[in-house]
Amino acid sequence: MNPSITLATTRRILAQLRHDHRTLGLLVGVPALLMVLLRYVLDQPGLFDRVGPLLLGVFPFVIMFVVTSVATLRERTGGTLERLMTMPLGKLDLLLGYALAFGLVALVQVGAVLAISLTWLGLDLRGPVAALVVVAVLDALLGMALGLLASAFARTEFQAVQFMPAFVLPQVLLCGLIVPRDQMAGWLEAISHVLPLSYAISAMQELTREPAVTATLTRDITIIAACTLLSLLLGAATLRRRTP
Amino acid sequence: MRVRDLRVVRGKRDVLHGLTFEIARGEVVGLLGPSGCGKTTLMRALVGVQVVAGGEVTVLGEPAGSAGLRRRVGYATQAPALYADLSVAENLRYFASVLGAPRGDAARVMDEVGLGRHRDQVAATLSGGQLNRANLAVALLGEPQVLVLDEPTVGLDPVLREELWELFRELAGRGVTLIVSSHVMDEAGRTDRLLLMREGEILADGTPGALRASTGAADLEDAFLRLITGEAA
Ligand SMILES: Nc1ncnc2c1ncn2[C@@H]1O[C@H](COP(=O)(O)OP(=O)(O)OP(=O)(O)O)[C@@H](O)[C@H]1O
Ligand SMILES: [Mg+2]
Repeated sequence: MNPSITLATTRRILAQLRHDHRTLGLLVGVPALLMVLLRYVLDQPGLFDRVGPLLLGVFPFVIMFVVTSVATLRERTGGTLERLMTMPLGKLDLLLGYALAFGLVALVQVGAVLAISLTWLGLDLRGPVAALVVVAVLDALLGMALGLLASAFARTEFQAVQFMPAFVLPQVLLCGLIVPRDQMAGWLEAISHVLPLSYAISAMQELTREPAVTATLTRDITIIAACTLLSLLLGAATLRRRTP
Repeated sequence: MRVRDLRVVRGKRDVLHGLTFEIARGEVVGLLGPSGCGKTTLMRALVGVQVVAGGEVTVLGEPAGSAGLRRRVGYATQAPALYADLSVAENLRYFASVLGAPRGDAARVMDEVGLGRHRDQVAATLSGGQLNRANLAVALLGEPQVLVLDEPTVGLDPVLREELWELFRELAGRGVTLIVSSHVMDEAGRTDRLLLMREGEILADGTPGALRASTGAADLEDAFLRLITGEAA
């Protein structure tokens, strides 16, 4: 690993995004728009206070999953990954380069949604805003890491896009967003315990209820961070210098 | 550079069946052979990105693909491997920083391949030949001692081809070893040595003049045809 190569990779990915105004607009605009819609669909300030933050745990995760799985699949199929593998770039340089770039994008994304929610939409968050930002950005990185991993199993961009419903929607159904996890059938609840998104939602719920950083919140953040790290390591294992 | 008994299986097919040859430092070697005979596969093995089934590939005294070689071997893929959404200069600057090449190296290689005027053009909008040259430029970054170039001059006009071959010659003069695959016979004549492949085996190995003479052909094109079709004496 070499910090200057990692940073060069981050700069390169950000430059690619800068050239692609539409993707950048969608990355920041769509979650904000969905939040506005949610606010007016619910149309009860109390209800929005409880549900709004939960969506902040889901959007960055889903969006980063899709963006990263397509971006890394392009590196694999476009030959640039092979080229980088003949150069002194470590696998971690590439992964951390992606993590830093998309982490920054997630920060902007979450910042924009939060700014709109806390002012215009009148979101009343009990917990500390900083903790919410941490959870949301970690969640985005988790989506990124899983997207990177998923791209190893896709041959085409068509397949990569299909992985979104396959990897992500079951987690959205089981994470406690729709039905609280302890009210689900035992086997479903057991599955939900091993799905990382469940902990993101749990953390967000904690933030809507408790004014301080609680033990549950700390536990959730730790689990999300550990899952992110694990997926990054698994993703690293799928990057091969030699291919058949 | 030394290749000994190199065997490669891709998919379910034996693509290279036991290649053995050596290449001296500063030599310019042309790799010829019908489409699908395994040229790209051999080059991938030389740069260490090909899973090999057996044999040994040594480059500059180290096993192909080892960490110590990654700054010393330049590789231009047959299909351009660039970020289509970045400009030529952005692409080159990125690969230059990965290689730890000095500042200004990106500008140098852009001039060497004649892309100076297109530096700020996004790679996706380059013409086929321009894209190929940008792809070649990446291989020239840093100070590679070995250049593995997979059909670097495909789609280029004779003037540009001439310029690039002058560049290759100049590099060889400085002691750089070049392995260049090609389908163009007038180019093959400019190498020090030709390796002619067919179906994963080396059919002939020698200077262009010797190959012509041994087949009794008038020109290389003819010699190539005779060797491939097995008509040679
Ligand atoms: N990923 C792969 N999986 C399975 N077989 C492959 C793969 N890549 C190449 N092959 C096969 O290996 C053989 C050699 O391919 P290679 O690309 O080395 O040929 P080549 O000599 O470079 O041809 P060309 O002149 O057309 O570029 C071909 O028969 C090809 O179909
Ligand atoms: Mg080829």
